[in-house]
Amino acid sequence: MPTHTLPDANTLINQLAAAIQPTLTPNTVLVGMHTGGVWAAQQLHGLLDVSMPHGDLDISFYRDDFDKIGLHAALKPTRLPFEVEGRDILLVDDVLYTGRSVRAAMNALFDYGRPARIRLAVLVDRIGDRELPIMAEFVGATASVPRHQHIHLIRDDAGQLSLKLVEVQ
Amino acid sequence: MSPNPQLNKDGGLRHLLTIDGLPRAILTHILDTAESFITVSEQEVKKVPLLRGKAIFNLFFEPSTRTRTTFEIAAKRLSADVINLNINASSQSKGETLLDTVDNLSAMQADMFVVRHAQSGAAHMIARHVAPHIHVVNAGDGRHAHPTQGLLDVFTIRKYKGEFHNLRVAIVGDVLHSRVARSQIHALTTLGVPEVRVIAPKTLLPTAVEQMGVQVYHDMGQGLKDVDVVIMLRLQNERMRGALLPSAQEYFKYYGLTPDKLAHAHPDAIVMHPGPMNRGVEIDSAVADGKQSVILPQVTYGIAVRMAVMSILAGN
Repeated sequence: MPTHTLPDANTLINQLAAAIQPTLTPNTVLVGMHTGGVWAAQQLHGLLDVSMPHGDLDISFYRDDFDKIGLHAALKPTRLPFEVEGRDILLVDDVLYTGRSVRAAMNALFDYGRPARIRLAVLVDRIGDRELPIMAEFVGATASVPRHQHIHLIRDDAGQLSLKLVEVQ
Repeated sequence: MSPNPQLNKDGGLRHLLTIDGLPRAILTHILDTAESFITVSEQEVKKVPLLRGKAIFNLFFEPSTRTRTTFEIAAKRLSADVINLNINASSQSKGETLLDTVDNLSAMQADMFVVRHAQSGAAHMIARHVAPHIHVVNAGDGRHAHPTQGLLDVFTIRKYKGEFHNLRVAIVGDVLHSRVARSQIHALTTLGVPEVRVIAPKTLLPTAVEQMGVQVYHDMGQGLKDVDVVIMLRLQNERMRGALLPSAQEYFKYYGLTPDKLAHAHPDAIVMHPGPMNRGVEIDSAVADGKQSVILPQVTYGIAVRMAVMSILAGN
């Protein structure tokens, strides 16, 4: 599938914002998952009428493939500038694929407190490839790509987001 | 034998035995990882599940409180099972050899050994002996190395000073007998600190210490002039008995860090000490408890640095 068939990231973010806005409560916070989810959460935060700051979550310490891949990737700090206890959390990621990252993210959040609710918003849902019983409440677009390809959210120097297909080595 | 017994065939860290010979990228990776572990202590549940189901044995053939405790806390925050063995009191007194002890503990499904031993090279010997899946961390061997202390010291320096490339660092005291000083010097020079000084009487300096890339001073006023970091070393009482020094009072007069002597350093200089401190011997209480002292933050950062080391090793 050539790159130009992937949807435009900004369009997806605008669509997501429109869908999320009516469901916001004063207790809602956005939490982006590093790295693509953090970029998406930042943009959504700018479009949505939320008073609380958004959080950034690194799931490296909660991944289920640590025994296979170790701690190689550059770690990003987790920053949650609010109490997680009792909060309405909207978890944001770029791509929902196997569901394993979201499982790790929920475990990480629970080590900070007991949220009242966690929902999930993703730019792209890779349908048919789920390995865990996880689904997103807000989906920008669905896509079906072969297993040897990944969908990456990338950010250019001007801060513009776009989606790109990458071959898995 | 591979060029560096600490590295696996892909160049990843398999054991941490000494900082000497490790590339800067590995040190930086450890420091960056430690930075992420700082936030774990801010969680409601101060634990991450990385080493769940792993067994870490703290083998302390020499007494230690701070190092053993911080290794234990670090392993527990990684969700490992920790078994503490103070070996003076058990098998060694029954005549079992070091490697027999290690074999027996390996048969108990050990995944990692954290080793403190009075003999230089003990951790290396264990690392050469253990099965491929077992990792070894040197928690201090004789006069040779104490790599996690060196790493937590440079982590502390980076926390307060940001960068390494523009720093002057002075290490003061008994460099001759200090495994801590050796690890600090290797860490500082590897990370690109342009000026590392050692300040000590001649009797407490190793011969040819300059070959480690340090400048030698015997006078505190000159040696501390304009430094950004002052690292004090513990003076062990037995050095006095060994006739290397006249008396603790005499030592304090010339080499003890007092507010007057610290005034030679840069006004923003930080004061560090690996502990345990001898107040009134190598450091004055007014300095140890003063606003430039970062001695207690060093202890806190030691937990995050040891978490980083153990999780990187276990993942390689």
